[in-house]
Amino acid sequence: MVTADLLANAVVAGLLLGGFYAAVAIGLAIIFGQLDIVNIAHPAFIIAGAYTAYILNSRFGIDPVLIGVLAAPLFFLAGAGIYRVYYGAFERTGQESLSGLAFFFGLMFIIEVVLILVYGVDYRLVQAGYIGESWRIGFVDLPFRMLVPFVVAVALTAGIYLYLARTFTGRAIQAVAQDRLALQLMGVNPIRVKQWAFGLGIATAAIAGALLIIIGPVEPSVGRQYIGRAFAIVVLGGMGSISGMFIAALILGIVESLVNTFMGPSWAPAVAFGVLLLTLALRPSGLFGR
Amino acid sequence: MVSTARTWFVRTLCAAALAAGMVGIAAAQQPIKIGFSMALTGGLAGAGKGALIAMEIWRDDVNKKGGLLGRPVQLVYYDDATQPANVPGIYTKLLEVDKVDLVVSAYGTNLIAPAMPIIMRKKLVFPSLFGLGVNEEFNYDRYFQIMPSGPDPKVDWTRGFFALAMEQNPKPRTVAIVAADAEFALNAAAGARKNAQNAGLKIVYDKTYPPATTDYTPIVRAIQATNPDIVFVGSYPPDSVGMVKAANEVGLKTKLFGGGMVGLQFAAIQKNLGPMLNGIVNYDFWVPEPTLKFSGVEEFLAKYREAAKGKGVDPYGHYLPPYAYAYLQVLGQAVEATKSLDHGKLAEHMHKTEYDTVVGKVKFGKNGEWARSRVLQVQFRDVQPDNLEQFAGPGKRIVLYPKEWKSGDIVYPYKQ
Repeated sequence: MVTADLLANAVVAGLLLGGFYAAVAIGLAIIFGQLDIVNIAHPAFIIAGAYTAYILNSRFGIDPVLIGVLAAPLFFLAGAGIYRVYYGAFERTGQESLSGLAFFFGLMFIIEVVLILVYGVDYRLVQAGYIGESWRIGFVDLPFRMLVPFVVAVALTAGIYLYLARTFTGRAIQAVAQDRLALQLMGVNPIRVKQWAFGLGIATAAIAGALLIIIGPVEPSVGRQYIGRAFAIVVLGGMGSISGMFIAALILGIVESLVNTFMGPSWAPAVAFGVLLLTLALRPSGLFGR
Repeated sequence: MVSTARTWFVRTLCAAALAAGMVGIAAAQQPIKIGFSMALTGGLAGAGKGALIAMEIWRDDVNKKGGLLGRPVQLVYYDDATQPANVPGIYTKLLEVDKVDLVVSAYGTNLIAPAMPIIMRKKLVFPSLFGLGVNEEFNYDRYFQIMPSGPDPKVDWTRGFFALAMEQNPKPRTVAIVAADAEFALNAAAGARKNAQNAGLKIVYDKTYPPATTDYTPIVRAIQATNPDIVFVGSYPPDSVGMVKAANEVGLKTKLFGGGMVGLQFAAIQKNLGPMLNGIVNYDFWVPEPTLKFSGVEEFLAKYREAAKGKGVDPYGHYLPPYAYAYLQVLGQAVEATKSLDHGKLAEHMHKTEYDTVVGKVKFGKNGEWARSRVLQVQFRDVQPDNLEQFAGPGKRIVLYPKEWKSGDIVYPYKQ
């Protein structure tokens, strides 16, 4: 039965969930959407981010979000290093399509196995004062466990959007995917720009990982369940569009939440991916694709 | 010259005799190989690794006492990565390449079922670890399940939860059933449905959810909108955490909440959820309550705690490890009693014998399940925040059902 409070709560829960999905997908929107690199290992980096949050939270009691922000520069450096390897081994020789994909698959398994060997396979969780608490406005509940990731995701998306739109490096990142030669003629090294952008994409995984472990328990292989969703959001938003990615994430979140509430949760993936197919049938370049 | 030849002959003879003796000793000490597949990576690895630790403790205990039939015991195992598709290949390799003498199952319904056709073709005894209703489809007479579900596993598994509910005043009249879209949870939900119908309860919500769900608050809200007296949840560890947190955040009001939530038995999850667990009634198989002090269980758990240190597994091992130890105890006792590795004789013995194990007395019924169900329903009580040690001892998970193992009375309702 559809009631006003159920509907309002479902939409709000969907918005909050969508915000989290945006945080998961934003790195991929840069790496896959703008650089055209099929980084299938992105969710594994998110899990690495979640473990970083877990380790520092359990040892020093630091807030997971703060850990995510502090860890982002290290993830940036790791990402930049990985791109150099990827470029040297595959992109430079034009083997990035299939061999590159295998490279990222391998990377995903390496991250998972290293986490298993070092930290075992038990579920890991974090402690924070706001987890388990809710904020009630009228008949709408805002669980902090979902609200905090949403707020952080909005800030992260806005930051990346402004960075790409307003700074020289940001514009260069957008340009490198469109016309690499033109960028070279302007005296910019496209490889360095791509390296920077790849690092930026991986840096967001540190924050997304912290948000993931705030929402629920994490074990090394849990990232796999986000591969399909993250790529779907980037495609639905229109490859390379940050604002499109954000809106696509919110749509996916709201659709999932409405289906969970009114139809039955089993239908959620089918309906959400049905929306993706329908959108692509009507707009093959995605919501905000050019 | 003659002397040199004689010396050479004597030396050769001695060497030959020594070699023959060595071969004889080696043959006498040829280990008994027990093969199995286990989830050491992937979704069930947390429990799988804990089970392996328990099995290694059993192997060491047995070998210290001289092994089985005077031969040392060797465990031969491979990681199935929690992928059912890997299981048939692993058992084929164990039987055809490693030539194991005995086999036992992996952990979990989804990983036991794929091994069954191979095991049945070879007519092997198959002690199994925590599979729910696997043999209902196969009807294999050499299958023995250590999980104490009972003779009608799907129904017996949730019988206690509903029996408890119907003993309460005011009597519940409606029930919501929600379960993960996966083998075990669906089986548990099917049993819950039958028990609800038998109890005359009206099912007001009956839905499943995909295990990859991120946010459970919309599901809990949809359940709350139907205003059920009982909420039965069949879930896996990440969803159990999501459900409990969502119920707490939404303020779920119901008389009885829980039933079939996997994960609430694990210390790390218990510590994280803390007081959110209070009042939840959920299944369990062993808890450190005074009514469940079986012979040898404390000694086994002491060894487990030591072995588990630094391995990233459950530090207390109350849930699965005692049963992983016990299913090998049953097999070992059957081998010693029959003085044989003949699978026909072992199966016959396992059908008619009551075994003494660290999880108490184990007697199998005709279908290889426990002859009598011993699925506990325990209630979380007085759980404090951020305290792992509190779960090591009694008082936090009170046994409510079955009556003969009861350690306290229910606090009812859950939340009104």
